[in-house]
Parts: sequence; structure tokens; C-alpha cells
Amino acid sequence: MGAVVISTNQLTKKFGDFAAVDSVSFDVYQGEIFGFVGANGAGKTTVIRMLCGLLLPSSGTASIAGFDIYSQTEEIKKSIGYMSQKFSLYEDLTVKENIRFFAGIYGLSDKEIREKGDGLVFELGLQESAKKKVKELPLGWKQRLSFSIAIIHSPQVVFLDEPTSGVDPIVRRQFWELIYAASERGITVFVTTHYMDEAEYCGRVSIMVDGKIRALDTPSNLKTRFSGNTMGDVFRSLARGAARVGD
Amino acid sequence: MMVSLNLECMERSGCKPMHQVTSEGITKTYDKGKSFAVDKVTFEVDKGELFGLIGPDGAGKTSLFRILTTLLLPDEGKAAVNGYDVVTDYKKIRNVVGYMPGRFSLYPDLTVEENLNFFASVFGTTAQENYHLIKDMYSQIEPFKKRKAGNLSGGMKQKLALSCALVHRPNTLFLDEPTTGIDAVSRAELWEMLTKLKAEGITILVSTPYMDEANLCDRIALIQRGRILSIDTPSSVTRKYKGKLYAAKSQSMYRLLEEIRKYDQTQDCYAFGDSLHFTLKDDSGNGIESLSDFLTASTHFSFDLREIEPTIEDCFIGLLRE
Repeated sequence: MGAVVISTNQLTKKFGDFAAVDSVSFDVYQGEIFGFVGANGAGKTTVIRMLCGLLLPSSGTASIAGFDIYSQTEEIKKSIGYMSQKFSLYEDLTVKENIRFFAGIYGLSDKEIREKGDGLVFELGLQESAKKKVKELPLGWKQRLSFSIAIIHSPQVVFLDEPTSGVDPIVRRQFWELIYAASERGITVFVTTHYMDEAEYCGRVSIMVDGKIRALDTPSNLKTRFSGNTMGDVFRSLARGAARVGD
Repeated sequence: MMVSLNLECMERSGCKPMHQVTSEGITKTYDKGKSFAVDKVTFEVDKGELFGLIGPDGAGKTSLFRILTTLLLPDEGKAAVNGYDVVTDYKKIRNVVGYMPGRFSLYPDLTVEENLNFFASVFGTTAQENYHLIKDMYSQIEPFKKRKAGNLSGGMKQKLALSCALVHRPNTLFLDEPTTGIDAVSRAELWEMLTKLKAEGITILVSTPYMDEANLCDRIALIQRGRILSIDTPSSVTRKYKGKLYAAKSQSMYRLLEEIRKYDQTQDCYAFGDSLHFTLKDDSGNGIESLSDFLTASTHFSFDLREIEPTIEDCFIGLLRE
């Protein structure tokens, strides 16, 4: 395995008496596709917000790309990419304008923006749509564009929060091929999903229940350990006893 | 025409229509006729059936549900629920259907209890009258009945929404993507609930983008870009799969995917859970042995190839490729 890119040690976040994230420890390696699954309300989003430098932990330590999540949040933001289905692109801007905007925010030079932007448009086969507003694109294209923009600054880690929600099965797979390609390039992919078949595509999967990590291993080891035929079986057997309901 | 036949049958003899929901060439366009949300959709749902509309975002599922629940007028075609026409008898339909939209649509400023009582009173009933229908769900949120609905968690909002959709004991229930964004355990619970409601004799139409939920329906319609691709029982849909389907596994799945795609007889190859699924251009020969030779010659890892039975998702992918 490569270098450790994300490392957490007894990471905890309390809201009042409620431990949303309860002493979570794990490492993620460079280029790994790390699946982060759990029931609604298990604490996944809180972990991601802390790792992205958006929320301070109550206790415990964590570093991402070598930066400390308490004191180096600005450095962290430059070293990561983030994409979710809810927040992705500006619908009223064109494909090119979205690329310029986000690449500019990430501090790329005009020359880099031009070169990387053209490359990205070409790779996605969006040449004819480059001047179209994003809202005119089909959902699947939007998601692929959104992912490519999230890694335009070659971050060390990209966080994907339910990136494939609602797209058709072919588009979902095309999206995963982009993920594989990014991972081959050495980008660490940290992904959440409710599609349990997608958990099988990950190198390792962490399963969170009630604020704690209940299991973390490769899909095949998890299936052996919890006697399941699929990751869905494993997930259900671990999460069924969850005390928390909802988001 | 199924619709008029049923109505005539009812008028003449007072018999009940055998179909609870019928849709005959229903079409709905947006952007002044330029884009087809629903394109000549024809199907029937039997009384007491659990019918699934399976397809991705933008397939037309929501438009179709809104037409059937009389919230949207179709451009063309005829549809009926409980024997009532969706255009002319819309008021009657509203009394007999329950509808849970995909987006949370209760009153966020009313409490849990107020929402439930409001929907009950709109239909001239009380929450107590049909309490047995909602008991399983509502008892889970009852401890929070004084909380504003807007402050509930996602899972609790959904339980309240379904309770409100059932409070007047509808004979037909429309659930638009009730499991989207919901974790796998809550999804399983919701499907258990639907099975119970079906046992109460309620006809259920449910839409979902999760293909693995198709097997829990009596019959399904696979829908994409406003058109129905296939409509049958889940087992018949998979039985009608054209050609042979194979699965492949190895230690290095991404490399295996690239290698199988390089093979000139490969028609399609895609990731599927812990393996790859692929089809060949010609099933008649010894394609899989030749592929095995090809892989042995070009790769240095061990692999496993075998023929498998398709799932609903394979069928959907196959139909999209056609």
C-alpha cells in the first residue's frame, strides 16, 4: 500500500451530549478507493465535514494530505476535491464557464485553466456542448463533469458524497470508470454511497453504525467475516441494530 | 379501449373494474412540445397489485405519477384510477388515492400530530379511524409528535409522509421514489411495510431508481426517457433477456475490464458488484473459451469466467443498449 493520506485517531464530534462521531480511527492510503458507508444518521457527513476542514472535532486527531485538521484547514482545502449530488455546478453557467470558475478558485493559472479545461472537455467528449449551459446537459453528463472539475487541481484526495444517486445503470458505471482512472493516477477517492453493489467496487469499505466504525476491510474479507454473499448482506447485518433513525 | 370498456361494464352491471389503474397512450411534453417527459405510455395495474416503475432520474416516473394522481394534465391519451377518468373525474380520484411525492411535501411549521390531523380532516376522517394502517410507522414517530415536521430527520419525515398518505385509507397508493437517498436498512423496512399494505388490499404503485428493489414487486415497468422498455413480472423480464450473459472475476478487476474490452468478440463489458458482466457478439461458438485463451495470452493473472443468469439491472442495461 502507498503512503497514508488520511489518518484519524479517536476522532470525536459531540453536539451537546450527543456523540455524532464517537472515537473513530482509520487510515486511508494513496490511490485507494475507500468506501464510506453507513445508515442515515450514522455520522458519515460529520466525519467528512471534519476531514474537509469545515468542522472542528471535539477531541481526537486527524490529518489529511499531511495537514492537521485543527490548525491547517486552509492547506487542506487546497489539497482536496469535493463533489456531491446536491452541490455540484452552477446551472446557469456554461460548461467552460464552470471549469474556469472552479479552476480559478483552486488557484490555477490562466494557462493551466485553458490546457486542463480543453483536456477535460475532450476526455468527456463534451466538445459540442462546451458552450451550453450546464442545466441543458443530461444528469449523467453533469455528474461526470462535476467529478472532473472536482479533481481539476490534481488534489491528493477527492471526497464523493453519493455521487451516483439517481442516474441510470450505464451512466453509473461510466462514472465508476472515471473513479478507477483517478485512482490509477494516484488520487485517493473517499466515496459514500447507498448502492451496495458500488461498495463492492471499493478497495476497502468502512461501515459506520451509530457514530462508530463497526467494520473496515476489503469487500471480500467483510463478506467472509460476516457470512454474506453481497456487501448488502454485510451492511444489513451490521446496521440493522442501529439505535439512530434518520438523517 | 380498456378504460371505456371498464366504465361501460361498471355502468351496465355494477361490476368492479379488474384494473385499478389504466394508462392508454399517455403523453406529456414540456418546452412547448419539444421534450417528451412521458411518451405514449400504456399499462394496467391490477387491483391489489404491487407495481414498480423502475428507472433513473428523468425517465418520466414523476410526471406519470402526477398525471395519475390528477395533479398534471396529460397532452394525449387516457388514464383512469379506480375506474375514474383522470381528467373528468379528478375529484373522485383524489378521495381514493394516497400520494407520497419524492420531495418532502408536508407542512414544516406544523407539528407531527398537526400534520396528521390536518390530512385526516381534509378527507373528512380522523387519525384514529384507520390507525391500524399507520400504527407500525406512526408509533415510531409518536414520541416526537409535538415536534415541527420541518425539524424531523429524513427517516422520520418519510414515516410521517407515508402516514399522512394513508390516513384516509386510500385504495390506491402512489409512492414516488420513497427509497431514494435512504440507507439499505431503512429501504428494507419500507418494503416490509409495503408488503403489509398490499395484504390490506391496497393497490400500490411505487417508483424507484434501485434496480434491486424490482424483485419485491409483483410486476414492473422498466422506464427510460418517457418510454416503457419492458413490462412484466420480474422473473419474466429476466427470462426474456436476449443472448447469454457471462461473469468474470480476478484479483485486478479494472485491468480485467480493460482486457475483456480489447477482445474483438466482446459486445459489452461492465462492472457489476464484485464481478464484471459481459456479453459476446456471437453466442453460438465457443466464445468464452476463446476469450479465456485471449486473456491467458495477454495477462498474467488468474481469472474466472462463467455463464450466469441476468438480473433486472442487466436486463435494463441490455434494453438501453438496443
